[in-house]
Amino acid sequence: MDEKTLIAKRVALELKDGTLVNLGIGLPTQVAAYVPKHIQVFFQSENGIVGMLSLPEEGLEDEDLTDAGGRPIGALPGAATFDSAMSFGLIRGGHLDLTVLGGLQVDQMGRLANWMVPGKIVPGMGGAMDLVSGAKRVIVAMTHTVKGEAKIVKHCALPLTSSRPVSLIVTELAVIAPTEAGLELRERAPGVSVETIVKATEAELIVPENVPEMPVS
Amino acid sequence: MHKTIKLAEAVEQIPDGARIMIGGFMGVGTAPRLIDETVRQNKKNLTIIANDTARPGVGIGKLIDAKLVRAIIVSHIGTNPETQRQLLAGEIEAELSPQGTLIERIRAGGYGLGGILTSTGLGTIVEDGKPTIDLDGQRFLVERPLKADFAFVYAKQADYLGNLAYALTARNFNPLLAMAATVVIAEAQNIVPVGVIPPDAVMTPAVLVNHLISMERRNG
Repeated sequence: MDEKTLIAKRVALELKDGTLVNLGIGLPTQVAAYVPKHIQVFFQSENGIVGMLSLPEEGLEDEDLTDAGGRPIGALPGAATFDSAMSFGLIRGGHLDLTVLGGLQVDQMGRLANWMVPGKIVPGMGGAMDLVSGAKRVIVAMTHTVKGEAKIVKHCALPLTSSRPVSLIVTELAVIAPTEAGLELRERAPGVSVETIVKATEAELIVPENVPEMPVS
Repeated sequence: MHKTIKLAEAVEQIPDGARIMIGGFMGVGTAPRLIDETVRQNKKNLTIIANDTARPGVGIGKLIDAKLVRAIIVSHIGTNPETQRQLLAGEIEAELSPQGTLIERIRAGGYGLGGILTSTGLGTIVEDGKPTIDLDGQRFLVERPLKADFAFVYAKQADYLGNLAYALTARNFNPLLAMAATVVIAEAQNIVPVGVIPPDAVMTPAVLVNHLISMERRNG
């Protein structure tokens, strides 16, 4: 299993029946492919839909029905569309159960940086700041390191997306939960040792005596 | 009552340096004929308020390509390398606003509110230079309302009076902009007789629309 599939599958285990979920672009989008059977999840796209579905087949594109990246999508029976004020009302108003976002860095307190690299890329925050500040749960789905550099760090060198800590970090090596006491190692990927995870993490980790493997197959 | 106006005349009333709100999300829900005509008439030094600048050659990206834009107030430019290039080269000024904050600032402008209070952006560089307020033990960022001289609104259907209905995710910023600009110019995919859009399905009432772009005859 490649690392992105592993991350997506592990994040999918956090999905709960009947909830409203927003997936960020890139890796988080892959989570939709692994929704556990027997549960139904409603996916929101911030351009104004609840109940989006990937395009059922090529040739069915509607120029007025796209995801936040402008790609054609489909819609579930019972889907609803609305304007941007309502879309962000859902996000900020406590109606969005979960958002899954990519990350550039996460700091010791669990705060995410994922919207700009000063001097290099200034893409703009889009909806990321509202999502991290407003969703009931925020999961960061990202690779543990980039070019050998740790992404879970003591202090983010990059500008923060929100001052609110995220709820969970899922990487190809570990599941880590920000707590009052610090970053707690909750799970390790199949076959990965605690030492490997600690070595790949710049921030300090709270390591319990027993760290179970991710229940992913 | 004549609400329809020829495309060229509608754009002729826009002066260089105007502040224009434009609907759309990556070009979806962006009025295509209004954009093309603005480029054709070479309107300059525009300030554009919108969600994004789409991509080169698409939607608002066409205004960027033609170097008609002096300033943008948007949430995202990551999909348009030309906007980024002009920004880094100092040819364009950008105010980046979180998307949910941006749409509420537009709403506040259109709904007669003095601003909004939000926790989005607190403790980030979005907070820089802005007032904050403590209210009942919670801290908020104060964000100012946005208004514009013109709005380009794109609808699925307009009736002869200018009542508007939007389609699916092409609605996005459009109905909010229609409240927040001095002159609202609507372009519709179809214009239908009054009554075809039932009152409950009207999303923007005709009283908000100053001009409705007339259709070009397409069937001979």
